[in-house]
Amino acid sequence: MSTTTAAIEKGYRKQFAKRIVLLVALGLATTLSFFFDMVVGPSMLSVAEVFQAIFSPDAVELSSRIIIWEVRMPYSIMALLVGASLSLAGCEMQTIMNNAMASPFTLGVSAAASFGAALAIIIGVSLPGVAGDWMVIVNAFVFAFGATLLLQALSSTRGAGPEGLVLFGIALVFTFNAFTGIMQYIASAEALQQFIFWSLGSLTKANWDNIPLLFALFVIIVPFSLASAWPLTALRLGEDSARSFGVAVRRLRFLSLLRISLLTAGSVAFVGTIGFIGLVGPHIAKLLIGEDHRFSLPASILSGALIMSLASLASKAIVVGAIIPVGIVTSLIGVPVFIALILNKRKR
Amino acid sequence: MAILLIDNLHTGYPGKPIISGLTLPPLTSGEVTVLTGPNAAGKSTLLRAIAGLLRIKGSMAYEGQELEALSSQKRAEVVSFMPQSVPTDINLSVIEAVISALKASPLDAATSGNEQLYKRAIAVLERIGIAHLALEPLNQLSGGQRQMASLARSVVREPKVLLLDEPTSALDLNHQLKVMRLARSFAADGRIVVMVLHDLNLALRWADHVIVMDKGIIASHGRPTAAITPEIIAQVYGVAIRVETCSLGLPNLIVDREL
Repeated sequence: MSTTTAAIEKGYRKQFAKRIVLLVALGLATTLSFFFDMVVGPSMLSVAEVFQAIFSPDAVELSSRIIIWEVRMPYSIMALLVGASLSLAGCEMQTIMNNAMASPFTLGVSAAASFGAALAIIIGVSLPGVAGDWMVIVNAFVFAFGATLLLQALSSTRGAGPEGLVLFGIALVFTFNAFTGIMQYIASAEALQQFIFWSLGSLTKANWDNIPLLFALFVIIVPFSLASAWPLTALRLGEDSARSFGVAVRRLRFLSLLRISLLTAGSVAFVGTIGFIGLVGPHIAKLLIGEDHRFSLPASILSGALIMSLASLASKAIVVGAIIPVGIVTSLIGVPVFIALILNKRKR
Repeated sequence: MAILLIDNLHTGYPGKPIISGLTLPPLTSGEVTVLTGPNAAGKSTLLRAIAGLLRIKGSMAYEGQELEALSSQKRAEVVSFMPQSVPTDINLSVIEAVISALKASPLDAATSGNEQLYKRAIAVLERIGIAHLALEPLNQLSGGQRQMASLARSVVREPKVLLLDEPTSALDLNHQLKVMRLARSFAADGRIVVMVLHDLNLALRWADHVIVMDKGIIASHGRPTAAITPEIIAQVYGVAIRVETCSLGLPNLIVDREL
């Protein structure tokens, strides 16, 4: 083995090990944030009480047990799941659309899902055979998927550059917000109240009925996503190159769009619109770990979960005794990051 | 000797046909074929059509096997394409990008072990002469270095037909010669090498076979000095040239004036 080969091998292995360490560190930070998120809340339980309620529930008072198990834990777990889902969706979206500004929120996929949900909540319209709570989920998915297909059609049109795609995404946001506005205008007072509560982007809707559903969706999708890590990495080298390496790009894009739609629709259906996690999560991940999707996909999952968990923590800690809807917090954090990304891109 | 036959090819972009009914002389293994001609002559379009990146009508057969009948994966075993331009903002190291070219779709079982793929990636970087850049991120390389890295990715899967779209466009003189020498050595491995070049002197010196294209058709083809003549160049470029033999006995093209 030549000196160069040995040096490359050593450097490559070192890079590999560094990324594993970063993933573990992100995982630990997320776990830590999750526990802090459980500790903070209006009812001022001590850290010891919280830990006792988690690990030996029978040893604490019933009220503490209920606060931890029925209120805080679903809230904190939902934060992790929604953050992870949206960030994973954002990471895949940025790759398949070759656009650093792509995310379910910025390109209107979340707005489309919200409109679908509004149709279900306000006028009770869905696909034939779908009823009850499923209407919100199915509608959110159908509209999210429709929006991603539209975006995909535009991004594959010749001459539609990254800026064109972002502008089209903004148009989608406004269009679906306008449709949702019409729904709100014609809604009954009761339906309107229900919809407003739903649309605020709040984790307070988390409960032990909807968490398993989103968890199942996430756990089913992640392996398919990770299995596409190599073709997605190859796609970063340009569509022509990826096709020349034997990637069936059209199929890869379609399946990725399906995953993005399911992850976005699942999150939106259960907690409403949460802004910017799908944009900021993948950017932090790629900044830390590069664009080898074997690492950037799991890093996006973890960074999205971490940011959302921190946002959830902040939503409870900013005003003592009150919980600000977490969607407001993520937007407040996300907007400056989004502007920084645009300015940075302009500079280059 | 393997042969790629292109017969009655129609291709182009939606609503904009570029090539209509083109039949090429047989492209044979062991030879470097240079496609040249003025801008918008259809050279890159032809290369992209062979690579399977455009819809086509007509026949493109490698050893009797129609390329259009192959799956993406099978086609990648036969043909590889190096695009004219590559994205600049990729946060991947040179070796990661080469490995991702290898892992993007399954290779034959005999060479798909991780260790073997890794060694193959390093071997290609060494052959191209950029092993010292292996751990550098692509977004921090110069345009020329990125082009060499792109060449490494396009050849690492050991295709039978190698298509290079202006592989020397961002390179200095030294690297231009390196790429031409590499193209010859890839052909000597038994591959069909087809490259688009604008530099007619490089074509004269390094090609086995030159095809001059103009407006989607072949203006001339054959051995370099037979295809690149003052008459043909005047006809397709509107430029007066001379082809003279230099002191080393090699053909040299001199541009005199516009016509």
